Amino acid sequence: MDFTFTQDQTLFRDATRSFLMVEASPEVLRELWETDEGRSKELRQKFAEQGITGLSVDSGHGGLGLGDVDWVLLLHELGYFAIPDSLTDTAYLATGLLNGLPEGNEARKEWLPKIVDGSARIALGHPVNPLVADAHLADVLLMYHDNEVHAVPRVDVDVVRNSSVDLSRRLFNVKWAAKGATRIAGEQIGRRLWQDVVNRGALSTAGQLVGLASRMLDLSIDYSAERKQFGKPIGSFQAVKHHLADVAVKIEFAKPAVFRAAYALTQDHPQRDVYVSAAKLAAAEAAALAARHGIQVHGAMGYTWELDLQIYVKRALALTSSWGDRILHKSRVANFVFNPDAQLGPANTFTFTD
Amino acid sequence: MELEYTEEQNAFRREIRQWLVEHVPKSPLASFDTAEGFEQHREWERTLNSGHWSMVTWPKTLGGRGCNLIEWLIFEEEYWRAGAPMRVNQNGIFLLGPTLMDYGTEAQKKRFLPGMASGDEIWAQGWSEPGAGSDMAAIRTKAIRDGDHYVINGQKTWSTRAVYADWLFGLFRSDPDSQRHHGLTFLLVPLNSPGITVRPIRQLNGLPGFAEIFFDDVRVPVENRLSEEGAGWQVAMSTAGFERGLMLRSPGRFQATAKALVSLYLEHKESADLDPSIRDAVLRAWMDAEAYALATYRTASSLLKGGHIGAESSTNKIFWSELDLRMHETALQILGARAELLPKSPDAGDAGNWLDGYLFAQAGPIYAGTNEIQRNIIAERLLGMPRS
Repeated sequence: MDFTFTQDQTLFRDATRSFLMVEASPEVLRELWETDEGRSKELRQKFAEQGITGLSVDSGHGGLGLGDVDWVLLLHELGYFAIPDSLTDTAYLATGLLNGLPEGNEARKEWLPKIVDGSARIALGHPVNPLVADAHLADVLLMYHDNEVHAVPRVDVDVVRNSSVDLSRRLFNVKWAAKGATRIAGEQIGRRLWQDVVNRGALSTAGQLVGLASRMLDLSIDYSAERKQFGKPIGSFQAVKHHLADVAVKIEFAKPAVFRAAYALTQDHPQRDVYVSAAKLAAAEAAALAARHGIQVHGAMGYTWELDLQIYVKRALALTSSWGDRILHKSRVANFVFNPDAQLGPANTFTFTD
Repeated sequence: MELEYTEEQNAFRREIRQWLVEHVPKSPLASFDTAEGFEQHREWERTLNSGHWSMVTWPKTLGGRGCNLIEWLIFEEEYWRAGAPMRVNQNGIFLLGPTLMDYGTEAQKKRFLPGMASGDEIWAQGWSEPGAGSDMAAIRTKAIRDGDHYVINGQKTWSTRAVYADWLFGLFRSDPDSQRHHGLTFLLVPLNSPGITVRPIRQLNGLPGFAEIFFDDVRVPVENRLSEEGAGWQVAMSTAGFERGLMLRSPGRFQATAKALVSLYLEHKESADLDPSIRDAVLRAWMDAEAYALATYRTASSLLKGGHIGAESSTNKIFWSELDLRMHETALQILGARAELLPKSPDAGDAGNWLDGYLFAQAGPIYAGTNEIQRNIIAERLLGMPRS
């Protein structure tokens, strides 16, 4: 029993953080908002150089061959720096799906190396999300059709853009037709692959939401130290302190739930759906409180376009309902907890076989 | 990260599970805040000790099993799963014990730990005073050195278990000219010393769960001092850290309550579902109790790797105390008009136990440092916000 990360894992996290601090400043994010594409080729290339695009691609295809527990620390950083969807969708979710295809599968052979070198963007279409993120730039779209997986080239789909409150989002209504030629996995394998994609998608948003919550907390702490009223920093007043302490508590208790969910995915744990959903709910709650108290602590400034807090507040709002909204995740947890045969109570947190 | 138990840990769990099946009293004991119940609980501590289960983390030479914190968590999970009696000596084993390990001399450890483990010496806490509650550094009760003794004069209050306990540990002002955190000394005081008057205070449930204690020229030998004279604040903070941090409220307790709440809800589902907020509160209870368990395993793992508990213990204290309140509030909502019935009422059924737990849960955000103080600690020490 060891609930800690290895030194390699935390060093990789730290390196990623330093890298993003330089490359993904709020100014950079705002510049990308103004572009149609909303994405930066240069940034993607740098992610590839850092090894992040190939994190969970096996070494045979040029990647690092790491898994969900390695991802979970990075997801926090990607949230903290509000990195747009395309990276995690491609490098974490699409890679996870392609990894699940049989060794000789053509799509797998074709796309994994291109994910590693940063030249491919992949979008995912699953009914849990009404729209497809980043469909406009995708080299290929991995689409759900009656549990099958279809790999559809960008030229074979029609997309209509929708605008999100999170200006980094590029959401599209995708029209396409399933054909025999586009099918890369049948219903049987596909059912399992999509289950994993939805779980990874939910974990991905959960990890990012905790990172977003941390960012909003940090911005609020800084502001409360700078801003003076009544001759003192507002952060010295208990009412302000307690707002932010409450956010810290939420974050502190969301983290282990997110970490455990990541571990459960690596183990194909029979209760992974429940653990992922509980993690997503806790993370979304932490982010919501960080946003609400963050805006409050910033006073009128918190309500301005100018202040960078809005970047993270809006992204948190978007990710909260992406890859499963609260209704879906609560119902998954409820189906487990309210089943009269469920093993609840002490001694059931981790598996014990008598 | 490896969230699996080792074969040794599984074997340990099987052993304690079996022992508890054989030894946990079949009918519940009386409350340890009654004279009768106190002695029943003391007897239970002796039974635990006879199986070397009273404090599994202590070294074997002191009656323990030399367990690490993961094994301690396993023990606690099984303990709560089995519905074993509350620990009447929790002040001793969970709070003073670890502090003695860190600050006590070899002679003190030998003198006090075995009696603590066996239940022969049960401990009360002596922190608060009428003028020193949340502001503990305002302590005024004096312990003035006189040869090889300290002479104590003053008053402590809200002293948990003091009505029936044998000993008290606490902080006293040994330097009468000192201010605030300085000049305080940590002393161990026999409650049967001449000059001590214990006056019981009835709690919300009507029982004398704590007391005020008056000291009138009480003489305590110097060897009952923990660490140096004047170093008491530091020692007390370490005790308080354990209390808030890890040992006082192990996750099994809240997971057991959450499980009982799920059962209560399912039993009364038809009426409870007429208020949709109840179902949601029950679901949250399970998720939060689980999150608390996960966080504790994470802290224990990190401590095993050489980390230490800091202001995180304050986040723990807020989390479990507020969770406990919410769970009991939800239970009373489900029970509706029966919720007010005392356990002894013929029509109470299991409602009375929920009411008892509800009353006790009111104290959670207050004892071991109020949650307001915890939020200040989080803001200032964890988040680095400016002091008031």
